[in-house]
Amino acid sequence: MATYRELLAQVKREIDEVGAAEARARVGEALFVDVRERDEWEEGVVPGAVHIPRGNLESRIEGLVPDRSREIVLYCSGGSRSAFAAKALQELGYENISSLTGGFTDWKRNGFPIETPRSLSPDQRRRYSRHLLIPEVGEVGQERLLGGRVLLIGAGGLGSPASLYLAAAGVGTLGIVDADVVDDSNLQRQIVHSTETLGEAKVLSAKRTIEALNPDVEVKAYEERLTSENVERIFGEGWDVIVDGADNFPTRYLVNDASIWHGIPVVHGSIYRFEGQVTVFNPGEGPCYRCLFPTPPPPELAPSCAEGGVLGVLPGIVGSLQANEALKLVLGIGESLQGRLLLLDALGTTIDEVSVQRDPACPVCGEHPTITEYVDYVEFCQGVRG
Amino acid sequence: MTKVRIPPTLRNEVGGERELIGEGETVREVLEDLSGRYPALEAQLFEAGGLAPFVNVYVGGEDVRTLEGLETRVNGSSMILLPAMAGGC
Repeated sequence: MATYRELLAQVKREIDEVGAAEARARVGEALFVDVRERDEWEEGVVPGAVHIPRGNLESRIEGLVPDRSREIVLYCSGGSRSAFAAKALQELGYENISSLTGGFTDWKRNGFPIETPRSLSPDQRRRYSRHLLIPEVGEVGQERLLGGRVLLIGAGGLGSPASLYLAAAGVGTLGIVDADVVDDSNLQRQIVHSTETLGEAKVLSAKRTIEALNPDVEVKAYEERLTSENVERIFGEGWDVIVDGADNFPTRYLVNDASIWHGIPVVHGSIYRFEGQVTVFNPGEGPCYRCLFPTPPPPELAPSCAEGGVLGVLPGIVGSLQANEALKLVLGIGESLQGRLLLLDALGTTIDEVSVQRDPACPVCGEHPTITEYVDYVEFCQGVRG
Repeated sequence: MTKVRIPPTLRNEVGGERELIGEGETVREVLEDLSGRYPALEAQLFEAGGLAPFVNVYVGGEDVRTLEGLETRVNGSSMILLPAMAGGC
């Protein structure tokens, strides 16, 4: 029977080891996996490393690294636990595994860069446990959400579910722009408000509901209509994503132009009766709202929900799809709806998709922009058929 | 024979139908066929002999503005008419 020391020596002969200097050159290329315990991880890590405690390594690695040819550098504090970990990953078929000799202790002794991970509180670990279990989110992703900033245009039908799901997910800062007060005709669909908040400013009603749902979330309430005059101040506060649930065309075009000039992606949603449209406009990467709809329709072709009605659950579906896109953009995962417009028909329960392409002649995001400052958006949207 | 999806904002013009069947080889012919049967539709689809700029037309999921415009051949694909909708309400 082998002693621990003999077993370790034998394992080390069967795996590849890498020294601190050599490993440092692999930062940014190889995936660093920290196999230490949580308390050790919290005190400092190799920049960009992911944390899988040794005890969970075999069960979690496939979810995190499906590609078995990916280069992985494992480390612990001194190089022993990571040696056993390397052996285990070899047995799972991983082909490009090495263990950091001397571990994190030697890394620090060399004066190589370290970072201190922001760590979730025990309460947060319970609250977000279902996110932490998803490899694509995990603790790093949850931290990203908590540091995330999403601006919602409108606290109405689309803003209600979108803000609630973003808040529940732990997006740390939600800005909400809306000048309206809660009306009883809103409550058939605007689930962030309630009978108790009738007559209250929508942004304050939403703020109360959201902060009651999740105290991790700070709501910045802008009780005003988005205009050419205030858009710079509001967008200039720095947002990762804008969720556009406005109820009129002038605001849609204003949000578009401002988002391009600020370089902020917009998750667009719109609804009418049983039908919804959802897409993502990512400045510089994909098409914008003007590429999709260069000219607003005349009023008779663009009735609002107030004129034509809307099925109460429809904004729930479309707003939730917007929240999904916004979360993916903040997390930097998955495929966004950039370049694709989803068309939802709640009556037939069908979803169609059409492609949206960047227009090289677009007056705002095209090759030779002709609109380079804010225009009178109300006039622009009225001026359609002369 | 081309299936054409009619958006809610144009259904009054076509007697409430959600989908129509149009005849023709090109987008223009199909839309003219529909406009012939539902004259109110014409003013909402055409402007100065071209496609009205506020209506998007998709053939097989592609915007005809990125194809051959009204001369795009339909080739058995279905068509979608799509005006912008503002509502987030």
